[in-house]
Amino acid sequence: MRRTFVILALLTLGLLSYALYEGLVAAPTEQTMGEVQRIFYYHVPSAVTAFTLFLINFAASIIYLARRSPTADALAVSTAEVGVVFCTVVLVTGPLWARPVWGIWWTWDARLTSTLLLWLIYISYLILRRYSTSGQTPVIAAVLAVFGFLDVPFVYVANRLFRTQHPQPVYFGGPGSGADPRMTHALLMNMAAFFCFAALVVWLRFRLERARQDFDETEALEALLQPDARSPR
Amino acid sequence: MSLGEITRVSLAKDLRLEWRSKDAINSMLFFALLVVVIFSFSFDPTAEESRHIAGGIVWVAFLFAAVVALNQTWARELRNQVLDAYRVSPAPANALFISKAVGNFIFVAVLEALMAPLFMVFYNLRSIGPAYELVVVAVLATWALVANGTFFAAMSIRTRSREVMLPLILFPISIPALLAMVSATTAILTGEGAYRFWLVLLVVYDVVFTTVCLLLFETVLHAE
Repeated sequence: MRRTFVILALLTLGLLSYALYEGLVAAPTEQTMGEVQRIFYYHVPSAVTAFTLFLINFAASIIYLARRSPTADALAVSTAEVGVVFCTVVLVTGPLWARPVWGIWWTWDARLTSTLLLWLIYISYLILRRYSTSGQTPVIAAVLAVFGFLDVPFVYVANRLFRTQHPQPVYFGGPGSGADPRMTHALLMNMAAFFCFAALVVWLRFRLERARQDFDETEALEALLQPDARSPR
Repeated sequence: MSLGEITRVSLAKDLRLEWRSKDAINSMLFFALLVVVIFSFSFDPTAEESRHIAGGIVWVAFLFAAVVALNQTWARELRNQVLDAYRVSPAPANALFISKAVGNFIFVAVLEALMAPLFMVFYNLRSIGPAYELVVVAVLATWALVANGTFFAAMSIRTRSREVMLPLILFPISIPALLAMVSATTAILTGEGAYRFWLVLLVVYDVVFTTVCLLLFETVLHAE
């Protein structure tokens, strides 16, 4: 297991370095935005990774509610934690890019607000996990995950209408039809690298959570098997 | 006994308890009053300005005040292990949820009815749009807050520091509903902008989340 991890980690490292080179050096400089546009190769892959992880968290929560499998719960907590990290990267790189290009750090645009709200919901998910008494944590966390996920479409719709009355900066969605193929290549490489990296960290966290579950189970079992010295009979 | 009957009995019990103690309504009223006064001091708006900001202030005040009542929803049932007794009884879990949610709805609705005139006075409000539509907004918005709030309160009693936990999980989920109720209220008060869209959004929000609450409440009640 350890050897597999090291090999995968090295492969991911290699892919990340290659993607870094592709993004910073090989990809051509964008015409209107200049060098700052290169943040795109980190911003978008982080966003896609974070959303994918939250999607897996939702699926794992549903599976947990249906089958009560500890594996699903371990997957849910790992994806939520790593997802929040990637979502934070999105929320930090976004304003850094927006400031020189749009002239503002932040705008309450539908996509920005939805991402921020998703981040808030998953932070509250992690707080709930931290504060709930053990044994009930997986169930109530899974329930909150379902609520959180269902909330996202509402945020998106609400913000779209709320804000479109005002003029707003155009969101530069991915490379359009006219984009240089090397740009697309750099983006795809970074996306692949980020996915591998996220999968690796989730895997590590997942194994940690499984080990913790096993430990708790063993501890509970031992407490049951041992004659209790404290209670007089 | 049927679901309807159990709901009615449980609701009657809650209303009777509240009528005699007036715990929830008194603390909510005073809390909302404080929010109104503090906001009024901090903004000191003219009549025209207040029309634009009142929607936000009203609903934030009601949201904060509702949390006070929501936190007390289940605390009463923890004493003497009433909730455990409910768990082992064959009564449907959703009857308990509906009665608690309707109870909270009534408490918050009473609060709103009492506070609305005060808002009118303190902020010199006069609606330009159709004022009776505000009642529809209030009903839909209050249900959006209390249905999720009652549900999350049942979740937060399973945590340490439960009083703090409820707003932490309720507020993020309620943001789209809050946006809808504030926008609808402001649109009606100022008489500009389309408020119908927000009403539809609130209706959809209510339907979706009430359904999820009913589907998952039994799971939460039996989470042990």
